[in-house]
Amino acid sequence: MAVETRQRVAVGRSVTKVDGPSLVAGKPVFTLDLDLPGALVGKILPSPHAHAAIVSVDTSEAEAVPGVRAVLHHGNVPRVPYTTAGQGWPEPSPYDTVLFDRKVRFVGDRVAAVAAETEEAAEEALAKIRVEYDVLPAVLSPEDAQADGAPVIHDEPDAEGIYDAQHNIAAAVDIPVGNVARALAEADVAVEATCEIPYSQHAAIEPHCVLAYFDEAGRLVLRTSTQVPFHVRRIVARVVGLDPARIRVIKPRIGGGFGSKQEIVLEPVAALLALRTGRPVRMAYTRQEVFVASRTRHPMRVNVKLGAREDGVLQAIDMEVLSNTGAYGAHALTVLSNVGSKTLPLYNKAPHLRFHGKAVYTNLPVAGAYRGYGATQGYFALEVAMDVLAEKLGIDPVELRRRNHIRVGETSPIFEKIGEGREGTAQIIRSCALGECLRIGADRIGWKENRGRRREDGPWVHGLGMACAMQGSGITGVDMAAATLVMQDDGSFRLLVGATDLGTGSDTILAQIAAEELGVPVDRVLVYSSDTDFTPFDTGAYASSTTYVSGNAVLRAAQEVHRQILAVAAEALEERAADLELTAGAVQSRKTGKRLSLSEIGHRATYVTDQRQIAATASFACPESPPPFAAFFCEVAVDRETGVVRVERFVVAADCGTAIHPQAAEGQLEGAILQGIGHALYEEMLFANSGRCVNAGFFDYKLPSSLDAPQIEAILVPSEEPTGPWGAKSISEIGINGPLPAISNAIHDAMGVRLTQAPFTPERVLLSRRAAGK
Amino acid sequence: MKISFELNGELKYLEVDPGERLAALLRRLGMKSIKEGCGTGDCGACTVLVDGRAVRSCLMVAPQVQGRRVMTVEGLGTLDDPHPLQRAFLDSGAVQCGFCTPGMILVAHELLTRNSSPTPDQVREAISGNLCRCTGYVKIVDAVLLAARWKREGKWR
Repeated sequence: MAVETRQRVAVGRSVTKVDGPSLVAGKPVFTLDLDLPGALVGKILPSPHAHAAIVSVDTSEAEAVPGVRAVLHHGNVPRVPYTTAGQGWPEPSPYDTVLFDRKVRFVGDRVAAVAAETEEAAEEALAKIRVEYDVLPAVLSPEDAQADGAPVIHDEPDAEGIYDAQHNIAAAVDIPVGNVARALAEADVAVEATCEIPYSQHAAIEPHCVLAYFDEAGRLVLRTSTQVPFHVRRIVARVVGLDPARIRVIKPRIGGGFGSKQEIVLEPVAALLALRTGRPVRMAYTRQEVFVASRTRHPMRVNVKLGAREDGVLQAIDMEVLSNTGAYGAHALTVLSNVGSKTLPLYNKAPHLRFHGKAVYTNLPVAGAYRGYGATQGYFALEVAMDVLAEKLGIDPVELRRRNHIRVGETSPIFEKIGEGREGTAQIIRSCALGECLRIGADRIGWKENRGRRREDGPWVHGLGMACAMQGSGITGVDMAAATLVMQDDGSFRLLVGATDLGTGSDTILAQIAAEELGVPVDRVLVYSSDTDFTPFDTGAYASSTTYVSGNAVLRAAQEVHRQILAVAAEALEERAADLELTAGAVQSRKTGKRLSLSEIGHRATYVTDQRQIAATASFACPESPPPFAAFFCEVAVDRETGVVRVERFVVAADCGTAIHPQAAEGQLEGAILQGIGHALYEEMLFANSGRCVNAGFFDYKLPSSLDAPQIEAILVPSEEPTGPWGAKSISEIGINGPLPAISNAIHDAMGVRLTQAPFTPERVLLSRRAAGK
Repeated sequence: MKISFELNGELKYLEVDPGERLAALLRRLGMKSIKEGCGTGDCGACTVLVDGRAVRSCLMVAPQVQGRRVMTVEGLGTLDDPHPLQRAFLDSGAVQCGFCTPGMILVAHELLTRNSSPTPDQVREAISGNLCRCTGYVKIVDAVLLAARWKREGKWR
């Protein structure tokens, strides 16, 4: 609408989350909270070897265990190469996985599965499956994977889409713009940084779980903790050989995802066990299994070379990536691509760019989507390199960012060159408040007063650091969301969306977007989401897409319903629709002042005159992906004797356009910041020489607790994204990109050493001090 | 074996396997607010109050509650009539995915029963055995402090 004729009633308000009351009351809203009579327990036999051929599987003893109803293994299931990555079509990840293979590729890889009447019977059956392995030499690092004569991890002939299976390369990219080598050589100053991120875990508190059962019509229902219900339906159908029309996927409330549930790991196994037994089947990973057999962040080494003029304006950026995708290539190409595509456009002043790298297979757990999706790894190296450049030039790091960051009306060639596993889409920036974010964040942390001062307090030395980041809002040319909005006979509304709320609050936000258009309180919009039988398509909750992509679909549906409401009211009031306006639960004539309430309109359309259903379905395909922006500032204290690093304060100022639900947007930032602090200080999966993860659990793998959390201040800096619903862009991922570089840079401010290998443990701090002689 | 205990104000007398974990028993009795995040006592999602003390129900066996009072979030408030502590979690935006929420609410309840005027650090200490991966704990601490204020203002029942 051209002119705002009224105050916003729903958008920009932190209303009660629509699912909040049932969550605080402890209602049975999660996947496994539904008790199904007669449900069997499904369990998976994990591989004890990092790399082995399966010579034989003998299930006779296992099948004889009382209560065992089915045993699956490579000998009795269909062999369909697929990818567990729940992505759009065409799928950009290689088809290098089958349900059960004749070979295992990491400790924890699935060998077989059982369904039994009880957990105990299932465990006993797993213990009685006799598997003979021919153990193969294992590849336990990306360097080993590339060595001459390295064991080939994917030698199966039926895999598709692997970049170079013979050399263990799942994916590779090389995208040059201009002439980077020459620009680096000719630059006034050149610096570089190489940063490494290890294996780390999403650690959603709800483990992966699924219920598979048959409805009254014999259709297969999967009630599952997923971020991608529609991809689950498509992929499970193909893998188990079922008509997709016979599958219904329901996503109830889910206990966190962060990308790990963009992966189809348990669903096809549960589906097949249900099909074989004709019984409901429940499956859940143990926490240990979540660590090794769900998905992890891609461990990476990222090298960034920067060339700049003396005034700090960048002339060249070279970014090279070595990504470890583990035993399978889920998201291998797309996460790799995002390392560059979500970082390089931020500093668009550099005319010469090169982004190149590869994702290699190893016999270690499988990496996948994790909040930040490559950008986190990229920003670590890029923003540490920027700090090095600022130091070398003697320019304040904030000022260096100011001289280089992208602005409204500008573009970057990277938008067009790098997409999700293919070319991207050219776009210009229509909203950017990064300058404000930098100003506000620097002010809040006391940047001018305290940076470079090395305040000491006993053994603790304090320092300040900062970083910037952007992300995207959905995937151009791939993401599509649809929404159906129905007006009921009482004048209230039902909103049906395929969008997947994984705890982010998207059901609430989508209701707000509709309520704003309809001029009603949010509680007049009942939201039902993520059910492939009853809600229209949505690619799912990933790539920071829901507010922008699904939100735009909801807004379009609401605009059409708005039009229909005015049409009904125009007939009833005998006025022109153009003279009517929808406001505060009623339609009112600007000319005559006559009013008709929404309940009268709903009643009339349903029962009285010219009967019809007031409803609309609309979809939105993502034509561009407007980036949110953020500036991160932190104060750390480093114990110079023990090397312990404490984050004292963390300030993030972020531009997500209009914050539809400010409290939820802050919550996304706060949670992402603490996950990022976990990456920076504590979190690392460790492996024995056998390839076995030795800290797969919350006791040995340290997640930040409330005592580790610093004071986190999340500041929303508004902008207006003209293509977003009510001006909104994304917020869910960007926050995790800042802590690694900001904390590394703060440690440098305190101690004069650069920590480039995460996490920054006391040992690494002390070792780097010793190496630097400081 | 048979055990008797009080569950959310109601007396239970029932047959249990001596080795049955308390978490499993309570879920079997319909208390689905009890979540299993790890099964090893590290995450706190299965927290219940036994005689007012917050404990990990995944680390207890059913016979250990013989003769004791057990409370879960189901016993604290309802959808239509939430306890002020539940309301405070909603109002403060302390609920994202909600999986850790019942456990968080119960450890907060234990704290506020002892101490109506906790400092932010005391709140952080009290909830430190309960992991949340969504919120960064910021708004959970806010919620507990808000509930404490309401308690001091006599708004608790």
